Amino acid sequence: MTTREASDYSVVNRYVENAKKAWYKFSRNKMSVVGLVVIVLIILSAVFARIVAPYPKHAGAFVNYAEANLPPGWHHLLGTDVFGRDILSRIIFAFRGALIMGVGVLVMVVPIGTVIGLIAGYMKGSLIETILMRITDIFLALPPLILALAVCAVMRPTLFNSMMAVCISWWPWYARLVYGMASSLRNEVYVRAAELIGESRFHIIFREILPNCLAPIFTKMMLDMGWVILTGASLSFVGLGEQPPTPALGTMVSDGAKYLPDYWWISIFPAIAIMIIVLAFNLLGDGVKDMLSTEE
Amino acid sequence: MSENRIILEVKGLKKYFPIHKGDKTLFVKAIDGIDFEVREGETVGLVGESGSGKSTTAYCVIGMYSVTSGTILFKGKDISCASSQRPLELKRDMQIVFQDPGTSLNPQHTIYKIIELPLKVHGLAKGREMRERIVQLLESVELPESYLYKYPRMIGGGERQMVAIARALATNPSFMILDEPTSSLDVSVQAKIINMLIKLQKEFNLSYLFITHDLSLMRNVATRVVIMYLGKIAEMAPTEIFFQSPQHPYTQMLLSSIPVVTKEEEELKPKKIKSQGEIPSPVNVPPGCSFNTRCPLAKPECFEKDPVMVQVGPDHFVRCNLFA
Repeated sequence: MTTREASDYSVVNRYVENAKKAWYKFSRNKMSVVGLVVIVLIILSAVFARIVAPYPKHAGAFVNYAEANLPPGWHHLLGTDVFGRDILSRIIFAFRGALIMGVGVLVMVVPIGTVIGLIAGYMKGSLIETILMRITDIFLALPPLILALAVCAVMRPTLFNSMMAVCISWWPWYARLVYGMASSLRNEVYVRAAELIGESRFHIIFREILPNCLAPIFTKMMLDMGWVILTGASLSFVGLGEQPPTPALGTMVSDGAKYLPDYWWISIFPAIAIMIIVLAFNLLGDGVKDMLSTEE
Repeated sequence: MSENRIILEVKGLKKYFPIHKGDKTLFVKAIDGIDFEVREGETVGLVGESGSGKSTTAYCVIGMYSVTSGTILFKGKDISCASSQRPLELKRDMQIVFQDPGTSLNPQHTIYKIIELPLKVHGLAKGREMRERIVQLLESVELPESYLYKYPRMIGGGERQMVAIARALATNPSFMILDEPTSSLDVSVQAKIINMLIKLQKEFNLSYLFITHDLSLMRNVATRVVIMYLGKIAEMAPTEIFFQSPQHPYTQMLLSSIPVVTKEEEELKPKKIKSQGEIPSPVNVPPGCSFNTRCPLAKPECFEKDPVMVQVGPDHFVRCNLFA
């Protein structure tokens, strides 16, 4: 079976080749590489928070009034809060919640939005399309933050509930995006050809149309990551989401706001952390967009 | 040839597309009552200018369009319904090759996946057999096995069309519609594709409905030629007779406008009729004979009376008032 091996080798070769090309496209913009590096550092520090954080115990219900409100210095790089907890350590632990929020929301939102968009787009002109897209429009008309506030107000304010709230207002964007693509892709000759061959609707939607929608979906996911985290931070700023003593970036900003401007470090550094994580995901998203664009 | 079994029979086929202008509804009469047949093992060349309804005819036969009226019989069975209502077995037996292989092959699929599709849908191969069958199909269109895992964008236009042909062949059809299969390709690969199609026709005993606007191509490929003008058939004849003694003024005009190089070729052509005007819009078909706006031999009655199809020789039909 030498031919088998030869072709398998060429498959591996092709992946290497494609990866090289993709990296070239991605790395042409230096800022997206910066974004990638920052994201990797944030993910690593969140995963290994116990090792990385200088005072892991400060992430919980820890109180040490002797060291309360210390400005940034050698012992506490970013200072301490009113309970004497190390702000850097708390930010590192808060990254966990922020990332869980971003990934969790997208993992729930993208498949739902994509499937609804695909079905509605492929069935354009049918009753199913009308029903699906009008439902989408209704959800789209709800302002995300206010809806999230309402959901969290009715249910217990936990990280999971605030994720669900963001999901409810976020999936219509994916449904719209995919609907637009699917309703134009269904007129492609290769889709017609598949219909004439006798491929089932299910397979036409998922085998012929979906692969041609993946690049824009993936790009939007990367760009959305930052915005979801920002929304999550906004929710925790008003007290919804992760509850104290577990650190959350939004909560930290709002807690410190009471002591501005004297103890500015308590809220400014978590705010900067939010900014960095959102900015990094946006830069990464731009890079991914370049990488997946078809131009050579 | 003529004693061969009729495989496809089109009777009084009409296809109107409605267009809404204000509160009025107009109809584009893309096909306005045509009759023709395709016999086993034969190649029928359906020739016409753009807007003559030749591609619409192909799409009605394959089921991409539902017909307005008329019947299409395939092996004696009525198939004048949309493809979604057609039985799977019919889809296996009848295939189409589209004009542009750049759009008819999914850019996200490898050649393997593209050819695998019809085999999978119709349950023609499984497991290890699948790969062997795909390689075999690639071989029949003279593409190497190494193309299996390439994407359509990585290969040339002609090779892409070969893949499209291999995909159509995969289900072992008896009838194939070729919708201008060479017109989007370079001249250098056109001949290769045509020769391949002729070879495959003999090998698999295929019947072709060959849609084209290239009349000179038909001389070598078709057994019979059907000329369409504004949704109607102008003339229908076996290829040899068609090129030797064309009867309809439109046919004569088309044949005399084929560019030639040598004097001998020039003499082969029918008496010179200068091509004039352009095909009118199928929304406003002129009254009487639809060709009257361009016909050099038009008589007064041609502006009133729509001609009917007349037989002028064996298998030779003309629709013109001059022969009525």
